[in-house]
Amino acid sequence: MHRAIPVVAATAGGVALLAHFHTSPASLKLATSPAPGPTATTVAPAAPEPTQGPTTASRPSSTTTSAAPGANHTVDGPVINTDYGNVQVRVTLQGDRIVDAQALQLPNDRPRSVRISQYAGPMLRQEALQAQNANIDLVSGATYTSEGYAQSLQRALDQSNK
Amino acid sequence: MAITSRTLRVEEIWGTAIGVDVRDPMLSRTLDDVFAWFHRVDDLFSTWRDDTEISRLARGELRLNDASIEVREVLRLCDSVQAESRGAFDITFAADPRVEPRPGLAAIDPSGLVKGWALERAADIISADGVRNFTINAGGDVLTRGRPAPGTNWRVGIQHPWTRAAVAAVVEGSRLAVATSGRYERGEHIISPLTGTHPTGLISVTVIGDDLALADGYATATVVLGCEGMDWIATVPGVEALGITDDQRVITTDHFDDFRAA
Repeated sequence: MHRAIPVVAATAGGVALLAHFHTSPASLKLATSPAPGPTATTVAPAAPEPTQGPTTASRPSSTTTSAAPGANHTVDGPVINTDYGNVQVRVTLQGDRIVDAQALQLPNDRPRSVRISQYAGPMLRQEALQAQNANIDLVSGATYTSEGYAQSLQRALDQSNK
Repeated sequence: MAITSRTLRVEEIWGTAIGVDVRDPMLSRTLDDVFAWFHRVDDLFSTWRDDTEISRLARGELRLNDASIEVREVLRLCDSVQAESRGAFDITFAADPRVEPRPGLAAIDPSGLVKGWALERAADIISADGVRNFTINAGGDVLTRGRPAPGTNWRVGIQHPWTRAAVAAVVEGSRLAVATSGRYERGEHIISPLTGTHPTGLISVTVIGDDLALADGYATATVVLGCEGMDWIATVPGVEALGITDDQRVITTDHFDDFRAA
């Protein structure tokens, strides 16, 4: 999952496209159905590197077809002009769930195919860790020893609420 | 917000502290029954004592078919989590360094799941006495029922791994099962059955679900798997998870935010 992060950070335009795909699938034009190659629809921890599927982008058709329920279909986003160059993303959907994403165009004309593997499985979100002081009833944490309890936030709560 | 009745009992047991917090009028017998249950669990499952069923099983002195129904049920649950996690959760591997594998026999240490399982049973005991609003916290594994006061949710803080007085997130709800497994409280006490070494990547994992036994086992398995574990737990139905990485990032599954307190 880490390998996906720099890509996401570097292609803000691409992320915006993905967000667009995710929120308004009804407005999308669909390319061929099913997807033009084998798709990695599940990523198990034991097989983290999906190597299947098209690795070079060809100009997709933009016909609208309906996909059978449960079948994969791909959607190509519009080409977005950014300050750094053109960005275009192809996503593979299973129903309305994104199961794969691939950059068709990225800035600098480098012929790259970028897999955003995070989208091959259920989505994960990331944020920076922050310390909060909150109004809470109890604390879930790694198991403390009896001695650890004496110094724990849970004990402080237990004492203050008596 | 007026709390009309509150009873809190905390006892040191299972090498940790268990607190039961009841917000209804109740008979003290109910709490006596619950803590008697916790002691029975210790009698069956403790790996610290030689006379428990788990220790006798590990020594080959007790056959599984002759074990109590509770021990067989927990071992079945452990098997199912082991299969789901592809071996990341494995009670025959000594997850606790105190558990020495005996010559010719595998260690048996279901501690990664038995605490959550015992709390579910304890909640049933309390509910059976007509008590509706209460929480149980066993060393950081949390179960809630009902409400702290009319119209309010239970608010459960997730311990910040490096700042003892702070929490990293707050979740809320009425009926919650929240299990956290982490490497910050008792040092590097977890050993991966997959690699034989201490896992890295995730300092803490919190799993929320319907069942604390499974949540407990899943949290342990996710820490063992490290950051890849978040990919795995995201595929497990019926649970949401929050992982904190060694480099201080928070990774959550897609619908974890549904539980986040406003």
